[in-house]
Amino acid sequence: MKKAVVWIAFTFGLPAILISLWWIVTAISPNFFFPNPGEILVPFFETWFGPRLWLDVLPSILRFGVGVVIAMVLGVVIGVVVGLNRDLRSLTEPTFEFFRALPAPVLIPPLLLLIGPNDAMKIFIIALASIWPVLLNTVEGVRAADSVQNETSRSYGIQGFRRVRFQVLPGAAPQIMAGIRQCLPIGLILMVISEMFNTTAGLGFAIIQFQRTFAIPEMWSGILVLGLLGYGVAVVFRIFERRILRWYHGLKDLENAS
Amino acid sequence: MLPDASAPLNTVSHGRTLPPEETLLSVRGLQKIYETDGGPIEAVRDLTFDLGKNELTCLVGPSGSGKTTLLKCIAGLLAPTSGEVVLDGKKVTSPPKKMAVVFQEYGRSLFPWLRVAENVELPLRNAGMPKDERSRLVAEALDNVGLSHVPKSYPWQLSGGMQQRVAIARAIAYQPEVLLMDEPFAAVDAQTRADLEDLVRKVRKELGISVLFVTHDIDESVYLGNRVIMLSSSPTIVQEDLIVDLPDERDQLETRSMQRFTELRHHVYEQIQLAKKGFRPDDAVAQSRG
Amino acid sequence: MTTAPPADGHTVTTTVAIARARTRQRSYRPRRAILGATGILIVLLAWEGVSRSGIADARYLPPPTEVIPRLFQVLTIGDFWIAVGQTLGAWALGLGIALVLATVLGVVIGLSPFLRRFTNSTVEFLRPVPSVALIPLAVLLFGLRIEASLLLIVYAAFWQIFIQVLYGVADVDTVAMATGRSYGFSKWQRIRDIVFPTALPYLMTGLRLAAAVALILAITAQLIIGTPGLGAEILKAQNGGQYSTMYALLLATGFLGILINTGARVLERATLSWHQSVRGEAVQ
Repeated sequence: MKKAVVWIAFTFGLPAILISLWWIVTAISPNFFFPNPGEILVPFFETWFGPRLWLDVLPSILRFGVGVVIAMVLGVVIGVVVGLNRDLRSLTEPTFEFFRALPAPVLIPPLLLLIGPNDAMKIFIIALASIWPVLLNTVEGVRAADSVQNETSRSYGIQGFRRVRFQVLPGAAPQIMAGIRQCLPIGLILMVISEMFNTTAGLGFAIIQFQRTFAIPEMWSGILVLGLLGYGVAVVFRIFERRILRWYHGLKDLENAS
Repeated sequence: MLPDASAPLNTVSHGRTLPPEETLLSVRGLQKIYETDGGPIEAVRDLTFDLGKNELTCLVGPSGSGKTTLLKCIAGLLAPTSGEVVLDGKKVTSPPKKMAVVFQEYGRSLFPWLRVAENVELPLRNAGMPKDERSRLVAEALDNVGLSHVPKSYPWQLSGGMQQRVAIARAIAYQPEVLLMDEPFAAVDAQTRADLEDLVRKVRKELGISVLFVTHDIDESVYLGNRVIMLSSSPTIVQEDLIVDLPDERDQLETRSMQRFTELRHHVYEQIQLAKKGFRPDDAVAQSRG
Repeated sequence: MTTAPPADGHTVTTTVAIARARTRQRSYRPRRAILGATGILIVLLAWEGVSRSGIADARYLPPPTEVIPRLFQVLTIGDFWIAVGQTLGAWALGLGIALVLATVLGVVIGLSPFLRRFTNSTVEFLRPVPSVALIPLAVLLFGLRIEASLLLIVYAAFWQIFIQVLYGVADVDTVAMATGRSYGFSKWQRIRDIVFPTALPYLMTGLRLAAAVALILAITAQLIIGTPGLGAEILKAQNGGQYSTMYALLLATGFLGILINTGARVLERATLSWHQSVRGEAVQ
């Protein structure tokens, strides 16, 4: 019982203090740009749990989902092929480095021209921006496969596609998951940005519209939604990663204990 | 049936070969030269010997005598510069199906994302064996190495000795004719090593597999082997091929305290010391001729 | 012809392995460079091909033979360098503010188990909030002024550095700290002599990650809000139908990114090697 109380105190303590402070300050001297938290809550539920859920929120999340899934699948597949071959790695390295260094939002203007302000463009830019961490981490994870594991596979006749499936990919999984962890926030950013250009729907569009029409509480509620979305994605990833890398965490715990 | 205390040692100064019908594994004129910036390095000059059926042969040599190079060439993991390795009449160019290897670094050879049973099962799964047959072989193998109680553990949850048993189980489940072991017990404590040595002998006896066991531990080589091949320093050739005429039933305490054991061990030790000092059997032969 | 076996205690196998690895790396270098250049060439050729073949609307995708000369032209225009300066200015200022805030807060919170636990839930919630969510707020508060960019840049860069500093402080050897305390080191001395060297490599990693993120946010602010810089220029070129210029600026932005990434990596490596030699232990 005491443990539960302590946990609640630590988890909700600081947020409660901060929100209370905000509440008190804005109650005493109201600020146009920073509405009282109470004023945000009502629009939060009204705005986002009505038709906007279908018009803006779910399509945005869907585009994000499709975009990052494409990025993850392509990133791993290409990463494995490139990672296994030293010449391919050398061939692609400068190009990959350029694209990884290029800030992805800068590709939106040309893509708007080439593809148009539609769903395809948004999904494309989300995928294009998110693929690099996954791709480069996969290449590295595959390249750095343990030499004794490689010899073991060879000695037991485990080769080609089967070797990738049974030895290379599981061995590279920790590195690949690190890449996926990096790509999700990037995908989210591009999802929001892609909806701030020439569009009429989506989360990004909505909060910009609120700002333009000075619907401040609604704008803040939109920021809250995006915050919850970011947090939700992080939580889902953590659950997913913990399952896949259960063996890895067990191994690391053991190493750290000794 | 113990031989006389002062009976002569059954040893020859080259690798023994066998008639073809008794030969399981044949190594002929194996040579390995590595190309480096500083010039070519000849690690192995000329190795010739045969391994018969149901033998346990130990390869001993000083550090740097190319033991691992030799083993990798035999296993098909490394291409020799010249010479050949023949298993069952077929030349070895890549890891053959009837051969299994147990590496020294068990921690890196077992896959940490697979449980013990899954590790043992993997080569069989890769070969496309149906599930029932796989499970049977895996259960038998784990039983043989005394690990039936931990199939669901991860290798890194087990001690070093147990991990090496898993590696051995994986090798024997593969149903090889020849088992190659590369200093498998070097990284394990003495008590565990003794247990594992007995395990190897038991496995060989019960399953009829031939074992080629590379080690730098002289006592181990005499205790384990029916035959000890002593390697010279690099560039390596066979210095001596000694038959170990100890009884087939071996026991850590009894056998090691036999006089014959001491004589054999002493002899191997002398030879290895000679090898360390750079004694070259090929030079000696040339000198005695000239 | 054949060398004698090594006398320094290495086995043949180890010496050979090291020699071969060195030879492999050295002899591969020219091939690696050629392959890399070939890779770039292939991409340029593909671009040229797609552009000229009409798969994409030719107006909207000028070929590299037009874009690259345009890039060289652009490099001579003063306005270009002003835009670069504005971009780098916002980037550097935002990064700097984030660095100071994140290091101070990271060390203070990291050293106190109570504070770490107390702030954990807040950090875990605020951290994944995409900084672009703050764009409308930035516009409201600051309009087109540099502070708008800074709000976004600082928010994003802060978390990268902060998290790394927390890891770094967590890595501090408690024995070393206790020893320091028993020798009468003041809190500040302990931070300077024990905490700082341990956390430094982590800080550098965080800085490298933050540098890339800061550039992304700087450009984003310019693209969406319209604060002056390369992003704004790219949008201007697009709106004005000057597509060669748009792509040229895109390439320039990419090179700027490479410059920043490389610089960050060099700095990280230099700090790590100093750190290693000072502390005399291996860093993973």
